[in-house]
Amino acid sequence: MSLETQAKPPVSFSFTWQRLRTAWFPVWVVLRREIKDTLRDWRIIVPIIILVIGFPFLAVLAANQGLAFVNQYGASLIMERLLPFLMLVVGFFPSSFSLVIALETFVGEKERRSLESLLATPLTDLQLYTGKLLAATTPPVLASYLGMVTYLLLMGFTLNWWPPLSLLLVSMTLSTTQSLVMVSGAVIVSCQSTSVRAANLLASFIIIPMAFLLQVEASLLLFADYTMLWLIALCLVIVNVLLIRLGIRLFNREHLLGRDIDELNLRRGLRVFWEAAWPRNGLKALYTREIPAIIRGMRPELLITVAVILVGGIGAGVWGIRNFPLPVQAFSLADIQNLESIGSMVTQTGLLKSFTPWAIFFNNVRSLFIAALLALISMGILALLLLLAPVAIIVYVVGQIGGIGFNPGLFLAVTVLPHGIVELPAAILATAQAMRMGDIMLSPPEKGGGIDGILREAGHFVKLFVSVVLPLLLLAAWIEARITPHLLLDFLGR
Amino acid sequence: MIEIEGLTKVFDGLMAVDDITLTVRPGEVMALLGPNGAGKTTTVRMLAAILKPTAGRARVAGYDVATQGHDVRRNVGMLTEAPGLYSRMTGREYLDFFGQLREIPTPERRTRIDELADWFKMTPVVNHGAVMDHRPEANHKNVLDRRLGEYSKGMAQKIALIRTLLHDPPVLLLDEPTSAMDPASARLVRDTITQLRNDAHRAIILCTHNLPEAEALADRIAIIRQGRIVEQDATPALKERLLGPPLMEIRLASPTQNGIIALVEHTIANSGAHIQDASDDWIRYSTPDPAVTNPALLQTLSASGVAVLTLSEVAQSLEAVYLRAVEGHA
Repeated sequence: MSLETQAKPPVSFSFTWQRLRTAWFPVWVVLRREIKDTLRDWRIIVPIIILVIGFPFLAVLAANQGLAFVNQYGASLIMERLLPFLMLVVGFFPSSFSLVIALETFVGEKERRSLESLLATPLTDLQLYTGKLLAATTPPVLASYLGMVTYLLLMGFTLNWWPPLSLLLVSMTLSTTQSLVMVSGAVIVSCQSTSVRAANLLASFIIIPMAFLLQVEASLLLFADYTMLWLIALCLVIVNVLLIRLGIRLFNREHLLGRDIDELNLRRGLRVFWEAAWPRNGLKALYTREIPAIIRGMRPELLITVAVILVGGIGAGVWGIRNFPLPVQAFSLADIQNLESIGSMVTQTGLLKSFTPWAIFFNNVRSLFIAALLALISMGILALLLLLAPVAIIVYVVGQIGGIGFNPGLFLAVTVLPHGIVELPAAILATAQAMRMGDIMLSPPEKGGGIDGILREAGHFVKLFVSVVLPLLLLAAWIEARITPHLLLDFLGR
Repeated sequence: MIEIEGLTKVFDGLMAVDDITLTVRPGEVMALLGPNGAGKTTTVRMLAAILKPTAGRARVAGYDVATQGHDVRRNVGMLTEAPGLYSRMTGREYLDFFGQLREIPTPERRTRIDELADWFKMTPVVNHGAVMDHRPEANHKNVLDRRLGEYSKGMAQKIALIRTLLHDPPVLLLDEPTSAMDPASARLVRDTITQLRNDAHRAIILCTHNLPEAEALADRIAIIRQGRIVEQDATPALKERLLGPPLMEIRLASPTQNGIIALVEHTIANSGAHIQDASDDWIRYSTPDPAVTNPALLQTLSASGVAVLTLSEVAQSLEAVYLRAVEGHA
């Protein structure tokens, strides 16, 4: 018996190249066919050409007119900040065609019944997905670049405005990542529908968040905050990874041909919702079995929510402290003399009509319901942002308190902890379940997704909200209105 | 070549295919018959490794459909129910696209496309005022270089068939291969299927609602109802099983006389046959063994001086078999 082991042959370059070629050649074949098909469709090409060539001219014209106007009032800064935004818009419109092309490429093929013959070839699901993903992304992204270049050249030669390289790079990155998000989102939408019409209706779940994002980007460009734009691009990359991962899972032969109709059965839907929302086995079972089961089911969302609050909320708060420190006089702690003064300070902010438990309670309930609705159209992301905002504000304020000579930890313990210890878990539970509702929309029906999945999770949301979140919010509101002010007065020594 | 054992597919609690077992040998055509929604397409999709079976197993061209899907798809040519063509591509581009996906080398691919186009007589449909070129190679070139969106249904079906045969697969799964075709084209396709079976010993599964076509092409027939195979055998055996023994008709030169029917009945009774119907100059009888019954009867009649005009088997259609099978299991 020999002790010698058989040495593995070295992996040669030609072997690796052959494997790469074998894996990527079918992708290239699909990509080439899809692009050729897109370029032959005048309904897609004509608007893109108009947007690439015509729209930059309009944008430059608007920029020239705008500059001439604002210069009269010495406010040229406004227009200078709008020029990058115009570049972003010029790039965004052609790239938005990726959504149209993607829906046509994925669900259009399903509707034309040409998909089955393609699925009968040796192509792997991943090769087909990759080919189609690239085909839907490449022409709009290239058109987007071309539009931006046209705009830049026109701006350069007419106004001698050349953007900094970082701006150009971030704009191009945003355009690419946005296109990819739209395409990878469209794949998921396409997998849930059997007709282009149905897919177009579902596509609003992609368009609405993208429109929000464009507004956020516009605001950041006005502040010339390119770092935040890079952060957004990074977030888009992460979202892309998640969507592509989900898309790969959904885009499989079994799922694509397994379902035949988009059906809305109201009676069955109501039954699914009711069964999920109503405690079936009495109060004891509700709290010992049903609620724990719901919480177990949303463990990933709970983890994400807590992580985002801790990392994002604290990070955003600390970033605010470093970049926007408040002057000492901004804190009017001297005005806080008694309970009435605390109440009037709170109501002056406009957040509450009166500083009473009920007002606080209804305000929090409203916020969490809005978060749930936003979660539905944003895969849960907007619900997280809504929860992240108050956490960031608390961190920001507590951090600033240290700057005026108070103990920040003690301040936190006095003003936030008593009610926060009850309110925060309630908010986390509601947000995580809202996020789950958003997530479940994107899951295949066989994994508990689809319309039934959304209704089931909506039912769980109601059950959790009524039986756990509402009582906790009520208790938190009472503590916040009745106990926290006393503690604050003690803390301030009054 | 195709071995199916207990194949089952369940969609969301709905049993689409229920415990199917059958075998198709090389050089054999098996026709799958059944009403719409019976499970034929789902079965074919599982055999093409597009859908995974919920239970059971199937081997196609020596590969397991559940675990060796890639190899199965390399060895199967599948003609789908709808041609599903890309309307903005030309016929040649379309076939070339599938040829590339099948990894057929370029020169071979081009030759094969031309050969198959010739075989399927892809003659020009419209010429839009151009001078017609009567050379065969120019003709199919004209058609193949037209956009698929301009093709008639029959031409589209031919292109889909060429796509199916492009990589010369040993197993063919054909769903309604002659649908939308004119009689001449349908005949051409039927001849092609016969030739493919005979020349290259392919295993072919044919799903069709065209019962005469199934009878003409298939060596064996499987009838599916609600996901289950309710009957499976060669056509004559199926006919005998479901419709009874062959029905013979004897026509006499002159009207039947008294005593002839009794004579016939007496003669054929020995071989287990019996009279089904009779008229002035003809008698119909069913016999489990015509080779024994018929000569004996002819001999008796001849000896009795009864002139016989013809003795033939009454054709029993596959449609009757199909309806009996489907309704009988309802």
